[in-house]
Amino acid sequence: MTNRTSPLIVTILCFGIAFLYVPMLVLIGYSFNGSALVQVWGGFSTKWYVELFHNDQILDAALLSLEIAMTASTGAMILGTLAGIALVRFPTFRGRLMLTGMVNAPLIMPEIITGITLVLLFMSMTEMFSWPSTRGFTTIVIAHIAFCMGYVTITVQSRLQTADKTLEEAAMDLGSGPVRAFCDVTLPIIAPSLVSGWLLSFTLSLDDLVISSFVAGPGSSTLPMVIYSKVKLGVSPDVNALASLVIGIVGVGVVIAGTVMRRAERQRAIDLQMAAR
Amino acid sequence: MQAEELNIDLRAPELTPRGVPAAAAAWRRRVDAVFRRYRHWLIILPPFLFLTVFFVIPFLFAFKISFADSTIGIPPYTPLFGPIQDNHINISISTDNYDYLFTDDLYILSYLYSVRTAFFATLICLLVGYPMAYAMSRASKTTQNLLLLIIILPFWTSFLLRVYALETIVRENGLLNETLLWLGVIDHPLRIMRTTGAVYLGIVYSYLPFMVLPLYATLEKLDHSLVEASADLGQPPWRAFIDVTLPLSLPGVIAGSMLVFIPAIGEYVIPSLMGGPNSLMIGRVLWDEFFSNHDWPVASAVAIAFVVLLVGPIAIYQHYTVKQLEA
Repeated sequence: MTNRTSPLIVTILCFGIAFLYVPMLVLIGYSFNGSALVQVWGGFSTKWYVELFHNDQILDAALLSLEIAMTASTGAMILGTLAGIALVRFPTFRGRLMLTGMVNAPLIMPEIITGITLVLLFMSMTEMFSWPSTRGFTTIVIAHIAFCMGYVTITVQSRLQTADKTLEEAAMDLGSGPVRAFCDVTLPIIAPSLVSGWLLSFTLSLDDLVISSFVAGPGSSTLPMVIYSKVKLGVSPDVNALASLVIGIVGVGVVIAGTVMRRAERQRAIDLQMAAR
Repeated sequence: MQAEELNIDLRAPELTPRGVPAAAAAWRRRVDAVFRRYRHWLIILPPFLFLTVFFVIPFLFAFKISFADSTIGIPPYTPLFGPIQDNHINISISTDNYDYLFTDDLYILSYLYSVRTAFFATLICLLVGYPMAYAMSRASKTTQNLLLLIIILPFWTSFLLRVYALETIVRENGLLNETLLWLGVIDHPLRIMRTTGAVYLGIVYSYLPFMVLPLYATLEKLDHSLVEASADLGQPPWRAFIDVTLPLSLPGVIAGSMLVFIPAIGEYVIPSLMGGPNSLMIGRVLWDEFFSNHDWPVASAVAIAFVVLLVGPIAIYQHYTVKQLEA
């Protein structure tokens, strides 16, 4: 049998996973260290978590980041879905190539370039139209929508391409208008890709440091900006606590999402079997 | 499309309420027809306009500013089009910024350094990620799903916090050095932080999942009976790998390499947090030019040159590989 994988390859896999996880696990360990010094174990303590929740700078930044991520990912989901529908359902329109390029280019554009060009635009716009008057929430949201919507478009595009168009046509034959048919039939089919696109945009937006740093004005520091300046200065035990919280929340979220998705997938397989019968 | 048009034509008479004069009905039909002809623009235009204004036009501004001179003031650059005097516009275009890029070693060196760093980091990711993805694809279905979850999870956590986590480990008094000292492997702590090696480590650590996922996706679909056939024909396992597995997994190799190379080349966070003063990646140079030197025209010129020299070729390459894969 050649079906066995060589132990060397399995070892590399284990080492790779250890490489990915050990730093995060150690950080969680440090977050419960009573001592502020990493090389000294000062006993188990949750004081950095208490300190974290009394740090107004971090809390304000976290709140701002969450608001930005909510708004930006919703905007990216709507515009990205429209672009996805346009690219799949309208095979010929003037500017299709340009739309394809504009949707895909932000995905390969280094963040730093997107950031610089956008801040130059915002500055020039302020000069010409006196809008945006200050840089902050609005400009960050716009920048995040611009670099997130491509991800939504790609997920929606691939789902929509496999969606059965005859179902929508059947709905229209039965008398519903194209919009109604789309909302009743196709939208539920592509809904999972909308959700994953939203989640992806939300994470990207919440995590973005570079673009935000460029387009944020003074006084609007997002969470990554605060973390970055703290980390740059050296060890900060409350960042350990924050990182552990983020890893914990994401871990639980990913496990739940994985379970739900597998269950939905299984249900779908069962439904398909039932339908085939 | 055809069915839709047909269907609407069939229903058109219903739209006309009884008793409406024929002329008005005809006019309404015409409006309807125009609306129907152009209504797809309602879907196309919002994303199209948004991306034009907030993605394409910014580049035109950067392009314009890259030909200006830097001054002290707000905005810190000279206007290209001066006030109109004696019926002609003063246009002052200076290519100084671009000349500067090619005369000052800093920029050329940082371009080369970025390309080299991104290339070798991608190579390391490939060498580590390929066996990982291969082992994953050969595991049982349940284990595969679990492993997939394990590989995806770091991706959803914060990139910045992961770099920070790595930093706490490889620091001079971090866990790695403490452990090695305790084990007696080394006498004094290794200096990992602020070196070129740390930048590689950071990039590999951050982007390894991006390499593993597409590789796994292609390897998982690979028909293993082909490898068995090759073994049955007397080929040693490494020949089977070179002749069968590797060529078939090439799309995954390309996709994974792109996913690592592209963000790595413009990386700012890793070189600035982990790299030494010599790890001048282009992202870091741009950041400093913009925030510390306030030299916007030069920053714009660096950005434009970066796009032309690096992003452009990547985009063209990707466009053609996608086309090839579709064919």
